[in-house]
Amino acid sequence: MPFRRVAVVGAGMTRFMRRALETPKELAFYATRMALDSCELTLKDIDGVILGSAPDAFDGVHRKGEYLIDGAGAFRKPVMRGYVGGGTGVWAVIQGWYHVASGLFDTVLVVCEEKMSSCYPHPQGAFNAIFDHTLERPLGTNLLWIFALEMHRYMATYGITERDIALVSVKNKRNGLDHPCSHVAGNITVDDVLQSEVMAWPVKRLDVSPTSDGAVALVMACEEKARRITHKPVWVEGIGWCLDTSYWTNRDLAYPVYVEKAARMAYKMAGIVDPRKQIDIVEPYDPFDYKELHHLEGLGFARRGEAPDLIASGVANRDGDLPVTPSGGLLGVGNPIAAAGLMKVAEIFWQLRGEAGKRQVPGKPRRGLAQAWGDLMQVGTVVVLGI
Amino acid sequence: MPLRWTVNEFRGTPLRESDIPEGRVLSVRWDPNARYAWDAGIAIGRFLQGLKEGRILGVHCPSCRRTVVPPRIVCENCFRPLTQWVPLQDTGTVQTVSVCYVNWDASRRREPEFPAVIALDGASPGCGILHILGEVTPQTVRVGLRVRALWKPPQERTGAITDICYFRPL
Amino acid sequence: MLPLEKPQQVHRALAWQGEIPTYNIYTFGIAGERFFRELKEHGRFLGTRCPACHLLYVPPRIYCERCFASLEEWVEVPGRGTVFTFTLAYYDLDGRRLEHPDILALVRLEGAHGGVLHRLGEVEPGQVAIGMPVEAVLKPPQERRGSILDILYFRPTRR
Repeated sequence: MPFRRVAVVGAGMTRFMRRALETPKELAFYATRMALDSCELTLKDIDGVILGSAPDAFDGVHRKGEYLIDGAGAFRKPVMRGYVGGGTGVWAVIQGWYHVASGLFDTVLVVCEEKMSSCYPHPQGAFNAIFDHTLERPLGTNLLWIFALEMHRYMATYGITERDIALVSVKNKRNGLDHPCSHVAGNITVDDVLQSEVMAWPVKRLDVSPTSDGAVALVMACEEKARRITHKPVWVEGIGWCLDTSYWTNRDLAYPVYVEKAARMAYKMAGIVDPRKQIDIVEPYDPFDYKELHHLEGLGFARRGEAPDLIASGVANRDGDLPVTPSGGLLGVGNPIAAAGLMKVAEIFWQLRGEAGKRQVPGKPRRGLAQAWGDLMQVGTVVVLGI
Repeated sequence: MPLRWTVNEFRGTPLRESDIPEGRVLSVRWDPNARYAWDAGIAIGRFLQGLKEGRILGVHCPSCRRTVVPPRIVCENCFRPLTQWVPLQDTGTVQTVSVCYVNWDASRRREPEFPAVIALDGASPGCGILHILGEVTPQTVRVGLRVRALWKPPQERTGAITDICYFRPL
Repeated sequence: MLPLEKPQQVHRALAWQGEIPTYNIYTFGIAGERFFRELKEHGRFLGTRCPACHLLYVPPRIYCERCFASLEEWVEVPGRGTVFTFTLAYYDLDGRRLEHPDILALVRLEGAHGGVLHRLGEVEPGQVAIGMPVEAVLKPPQERRGSILDILYFRPTRR
């Protein structure tokens, strides 16, 4: 390979909260400091910093990357901020990877933060500006429309029911009970989901992740440094990303082809030909329950329209053959956009090191995948980690 | 030897919803007052002019042979300029639809609205636009429904997507 | 063109006019909450000290940006300092000409690292100079809300 091996060597995160007292900088500090402490490094050991954060409008700071830098350990260091909406959390890891893989840096911090609670009357209002200003927003759009429309298309194309989909929410909220950072976990039933308030049918309240405040940070290092830093480096084996057209009304909403392309890129790099057999844990992006299914299909873990079987059969449970979202995910832990995506990578890191506490999946998993998704339903970002 | 990662390290100070209005924590409010005039641009400008005249326009790509709507000045498949303007029908097929009970600010609506992606007749398969359905109920909307645009009277049209009031069943 | 000049002839372009109708409510964070509570309730300025880097942060922070230590040593600093730099603003936010310019200054408080951006008062524009000693004039206690506006302005130090 023309590039160096890169490992994740440390991770940290804050609690995810509906509304935090801390400023965005302070949240970033908690996560970053925890990540450094976890691998006994100090700022002096860090060559560069990658920041990931979704729209500035949430925090209400219109240079959010620069604003965050001192809390993210980036004081007088090379720092860069990437942004692909909800896909940002995994995209930040990809940027961390190529800054190290290329030989430019030996060690980097990857920090994602979101403080959505600052945005009033509701963070959805800021999201609304992702719609086309001339053709769509005059119709009185709201963010839920695109999810509802995509979910309905997915259901109609493959004959999937709301009940099939609700099982994802039940599983992830249950898994979230074991995550110490969760603010939305619970033991709920399929009927609870089906009977929860209809927001934009087929989307109901319990199909949706919340808005949250929080931050997550990782430390990444080149092979030589990684082996000195820890005896349990977790290697980045594959990365991939892809964006589909912004003309979302022209797309096949039933299948995320851009996720497939991102996954194929990552699989090729990792030498994976059969993801179902060669990957032990998956953390697909789950801002809505149907999205987890959508993404499992795009990632090649199930054929089109067949991901619900993985959930219904228990295969996707934490003790199943292919644990899916053992962290609890966005539905079960919380959804501070960019930080939520990075939390998924952190979960794979902890799981592969056997450090996931009550969430630990049995059987010593050796390889995991984290994926995020976002913008106008058009970006897929994928990272494969292994030990 | 690295420190063991323990659950006690997770930090954060959650607030209750009422802590801010009731003054238990300090806060400051900022109104960006950000107002915009979003230019329609070349392709959409012409599209809007078409709407004012009661026509829905698409563009045809001679290279990949797609006819797409909304129109654009470049084909994202072939990266060639698009210059062949094609009038489309004002009828189409519902690709997907929602029954929406919330507003942009997450407040509840008493009556639902019906946003839908409508694939227009005359455009390539699956090429749709976002609009609203009218004269339907939660029971009658479905994927595959055939619909037609209900236009505003010519004198009330302004060259906006809202020159079409909504799409209704054929 | 002045940076504050508004776009003209918007009506001639085919444009959809609208707004992003959100607003923000910011909390002050762990350090900010303590700093502004102290200012509101006792009229005192607090900073945090990093013993390793020999820095006194005012306004305070809970961490040192240089060594990333958690800062736990809170110290009171006097509400006076010197003008580090200043500007005379002759236009308001809407681009209107002001008869009396706003005097905006970065004030470095005594012994502190960093500074406070605020207005100067009780001084004529021609008298302001870099290095000038200034002191904070606070609102009466009952009017203070826990905000940067609890400081009315800084004025030349009275000896």
